[in-house]
Amino acid sequence: MMTLALSFLPLATTANPWLAAAAIGAVVLASTTGEVLTAAAMKSIGDLDLIRARSGMVGAIRSVLTCPLFFAGVFFLAVAFFSLLFALNHFNLSLVAPASASLTLVTNAVAGKIFLKENVDRRRWAAAGLVCIGVYLLAH
Amino acid sequence: MVQHKLLPRQYLILSLVAVCAPLGDSCLSRGMTAMPSISLAHPGALIAAVFTPWIAAGIALLIGFFASYLTALSWADLTFVLPATAFGNVIVALLSRFWLHEAISIERWAGIVLITLGVSFVAQGPSLTQHPAPIAKESLPEETVATGGQR
Repeated sequence: MMTLALSFLPLATTANPWLAAAAIGAVVLASTTGEVLTAAAMKSIGDLDLIRARSGMVGAIRSVLTCPLFFAGVFFLAVAFFSLLFALNHFNLSLVAPASASLTLVTNAVAGKIFLKENVDRRRWAAAGLVCIGVYLLAH
Repeated sequence: MVQHKLLPRQYLILSLVAVCAPLGDSCLSRGMTAMPSISLAHPGALIAAVFTPWIAAGIALLIGFFASYLTALSWADLTFVLPATAFGNVIVALLSRFWLHEAISIERWAGIVLITLGVSFVAQGPSLTQHPAPIAKESLPEETVATGGQR
């Protein structure tokens, strides 16, 4: 499905379209995994503002740093970050940034519904779609 | 579904999320495009890139983004926070238009309109999905049953 979506992107503008697709795919996959894991971690910790009001900034930081799920999320976000640095160095910014940012919005909506059991109603699907196209147009 | 109204402080956190991310990304791209090509055979060059000024500034902004992002995720859904984050791109585009006097093409104006529409859709809805509590509410302290967006 990812390849199908990527086939609509103007990959011909880069030297190696398959390497560009792989780099964008890696960024999207890693960042979606990282964001879902991080969101799950923060939901399991609870409202950070409440925790900070109760046990101060140190308590809030400690509650985040003692959550294993958070580190799993950060690991995948770090993988996404370094894949993005690599991709930005090899491919045109006008291809990599909008493609990965807009695709991530849609994959996150799907992953949020499946894994986080979030109520992705018509309003949120519409928002994910509109923002996805909007980010692509704006950054391209 | 309960309608969650966000507090002014929570709007401030969301706007920090929105502004820090695109500014940080801009710093990173400026820093990386100025560097010679990095190959997978020398991953150490990516580590060295972290210490150049533009990339360091980008990382500082992205740390600010991450702290606010984590806070937002603790009281709002991922599918609520992410479109709100994308609104930062609109802010940066409008700043570059009216502050730096850069030209914005018709495609970019269309992008600005679509993102603003999408964000307004999501902002009208609830910020947090309510899952039925597995334990009787009476047995929990008041703070635990308090909903995410409310105090």
